[in-house]
Amino acid sequence: MTARNRELAYLIVVGALTGLGFASVYIARQSQVSWGSLSYAALFVGLYLVAHVIARVAVPNADPYLLPMAGLLTAVGITEIYRLGPSDAFKQGLWIIVAVAVFAGAVLGLRRDYRVLEQYKYLFGVGAILLLFLPRVPGLGLTVNGARLWVHAGPFQFQPGELAKIFLIVFLAAYLREKREVLAQGRPKDLGPLLLIWGGAMLVLATTNDLGSAFLYYGIFLAMLYIATARLSYVVVGVFLFLAGGAFAESKIAHVHERVVIWLQPWTTTKVYCPLTGTMALRQDCQSYQLVKSLYSIGSGGFGGAGLGKGTFTTATGQQLIPYVNTDFIYSALAQELGLIGASALLLVFMLFVARGMKIALQAEDGFSKLLAAGLTFGFALQTFIIVGGVLRLIPVTGITLPFVSYGGSSVVANFLVLAGLMLVSNRANSQT
Amino acid sequence: MNRQISAVAIASLVLLTSLIVGTTYWQTWAEGGLAAREDNSIQRVAQFEIRRGKIYASDGKTLLAANIRRRVNGQTLYFRTYPTHGFASQAVGYSTESRSRAGLEQEENAFLTASNADLGTFFSTLGDKLKGTTITGNNIILNLNVRAQNVAQSLLRGKCGAAVFLNPTTGAIYVMASSPTYDPNLMEEANGYAKIQATKAQCRPSAPLLNRATQGLYPPGSTFKTITAAAALDDKIFTPSSNFYDPGYCTEYGKHVSNALDQSGGAEAFGNISLFDAYVHSVNAVYCQIGQKLGVKRILDEAKKFGFYSLPPLETPTDARAASGLYFHNSLWNPKHPETDVDVGRLAFGQERMLVTPLQMAMVAATIANGGAEMEPQLVKEVVSPSGHVVQASQPHRLRYSTTPQTAADIRDMMVGVVQRGTGTAAQIPGITVAGKTGTAETGANKVYDAWFICFAPADHPVVAGAVLVESQLNGFGGAVAAPIAKAIMQAILPAASKAKT
Repeated sequence: MTARNRELAYLIVVGALTGLGFASVYIARQSQVSWGSLSYAALFVGLYLVAHVIARVAVPNADPYLLPMAGLLTAVGITEIYRLGPSDAFKQGLWIIVAVAVFAGAVLGLRRDYRVLEQYKYLFGVGAILLLFLPRVPGLGLTVNGARLWVHAGPFQFQPGELAKIFLIVFLAAYLREKREVLAQGRPKDLGPLLLIWGGAMLVLATTNDLGSAFLYYGIFLAMLYIATARLSYVVVGVFLFLAGGAFAESKIAHVHERVVIWLQPWTTTKVYCPLTGTMALRQDCQSYQLVKSLYSIGSGGFGGAGLGKGTFTTATGQQLIPYVNTDFIYSALAQELGLIGASALLLVFMLFVARGMKIALQAEDGFSKLLAAGLTFGFALQTFIIVGGVLRLIPVTGITLPFVSYGGSSVVANFLVLAGLMLVSNRANSQT
Repeated sequence: MNRQISAVAIASLVLLTSLIVGTTYWQTWAEGGLAAREDNSIQRVAQFEIRRGKIYASDGKTLLAANIRRRVNGQTLYFRTYPTHGFASQAVGYSTESRSRAGLEQEENAFLTASNADLGTFFSTLGDKLKGTTITGNNIILNLNVRAQNVAQSLLRGKCGAAVFLNPTTGAIYVMASSPTYDPNLMEEANGYAKIQATKAQCRPSAPLLNRATQGLYPPGSTFKTITAAAALDDKIFTPSSNFYDPGYCTEYGKHVSNALDQSGGAEAFGNISLFDAYVHSVNAVYCQIGQKLGVKRILDEAKKFGFYSLPPLETPTDARAASGLYFHNSLWNPKHPETDVDVGRLAFGQERMLVTPLQMAMVAATIANGGAEMEPQLVKEVVSPSGHVVQASQPHRLRYSTTPQTAADIRDMMVGVVQRGTGTAAQIPGITVAGKTGTAETGANKVYDAWFICFAPADHPVVAGAVLVESQLNGFGGAVAAPIAKAIMQAILPAASKAKT
């Protein structure tokens, strides 16, 4: 069977799963949703098929597993988003159409040789920085949940950080390919770029209050630097620098400090000062409310889960229990409804995606392609770890999205670009052999 | 480069594996701990998906707690409603989202939500779960007598106080009234809690949520003479006919402790008087002398035999019950040197730092009525499954023998004397021999008393025993304030209880 036929076969399986998911939500919540919900499943099967046809044309030799896995994750996400709030699912559906279009544009536009991107590396570098600081522009930026990550233009809201991540990876892949021999010598003066990026990450942290993104960009950078230079000492020094910077931020920036306190001690037995209301309250009723409610959601899922559409996300009077449940905290919603079995299966799909991405990096011929594929894949893995790890209280919780699954247009578009990048690299690697 | 890519790949997979480990931790090991947390709203909401069992009074018809079905975001939820708006509220309690649960609603939650360990309940619940239908809880039928409870509540209305009446041979509680009462339906309303707290009554704070019957602590006054007399008779130091001289006061530490003021204002002095008559006329000086003979330790030991110093067993939460005994700095006090730390004379007639609950005093009366055997008080008659079969029927359970049948019979005769020709004549019921004891406890405020009456009837084959307490009555004597209420409650119970007996 050819790669594309294999892809089509898997997509049909994913399409059937999507249909089952929506049917399950429909059965569980008949009074709230209509048969029309199943049209979402049909729309998705249609979109997958469009993406598949584009892949056939543009990247015929690309890895056949990536698109079905991305499709599955997106379907799981939209099903849960639909279950949590049908109107959000409609917007998300529109964004997925945009994302598939962007995917089509990327693979079709770069199908001859995506390595032309190397020539514009500084454009990507500068672009990444500009995007990162866009939310700081007065009148354009928007502070959500204590972090300034959004820009809004009219009715549209966009998180430029998601796109900046991809720009940064493209820039680093090109830059490190060029400079890797020099950097590999490990002379002190070559540490310049390392310090520069560290400074950049810290600046991001300080200006946007966003621990998660700083961690993500910096982690991607360290991983790519290590791949390019094979010097573990860079990673050691880099991690040390980050921890030092993080500790400094923890002591100086209230928002960062709060996140750490919530992480270490979400529950208190005595009332502590609550900065949100200015009164004394138990921490679980104040700052760590969201984390604690999310843990209750995960815990109540148990082994088998409540079932799609059967979970509890509102109080008996109909108020939302977990704030941001369909973006940052979608994992705790899924864990409640799908249980340990479903949540683990979901994480296994993430792991398989990462495994395929890394395999592509290994198969790629040239340094730029290897760095690009490995960077995109590691970014995907690290982002998943940061948000799910935060929700599970492994690390302090920070607001970033779960790739492909979370509600959010910029996130979906950016992740389809990751998919496009990996399929382009894969197609080239497989075509040459 | 491939070696490094492999290393990064492994690192990525390790990171993601840690997420599966983390999820496993929260969903298996930590699950129980999370579910048990008080602020776990998911657990709380999940309880609303269950159609809780109904709670009925003893007639099996009067609904005390039922459900209203409401749809919230596509979920069918069952909210509690209390159709009687305040019938035995403190005992029945409430189950709300805003303030969790109280009373029987809390303590019998397992039965009401069908999560009890009964095999039949387990299978029917499992069936409901698999079918996806609503789980229906078991219904609970109480021993509370509608008529008598209503009489008790209406007679106590506006006052602060409590009444507890039970069957002395089975322990079935017919009446558990605490005044002021409240409408549990207010609990889910906005500002409802504040409205309840603002309830007006003779005392301040009126504390309607407090179950005065089981957790209100009051000086027992002369009703405690029953314990003192039981100790004296059990030890055979005295007999009912033992003679005493009453000078109108009792000398303690060189000071006079006067008899209670009689209604006309002066301290009564009876001169030569028997133990029996000293009980009938509630002569403090005599009981002071008996106490001095017995000693503090002996009196406290006798009280313990009646259940003092331990929480009376009941189907309400432990934090809504209090143990009776000596209290010091708001906590139960077991004096290290009882004979020197405690004023024995005042203890003997129910003052000192002795504090009791109306439930405990009702149990004392019931124990005398039952020949010295103390029965476990029971609010729940039976638990019935939704399909109608009895899941659990309460069986009478003897707690202990508190005193000998002979002592119980002697005290019964003394209590009959109280009602026939003593301080408790207001409790006489035509055609029925009533036994009782008044209590008029000093509260610390001048001429303000806690008025008590403990009683049972009919004296020769008792079917009802109980205690009435009315808080802080100006010039309020037990015989004048509490005895008439007790009489009315017993009259409401007697026909039905007598019929049930035959």
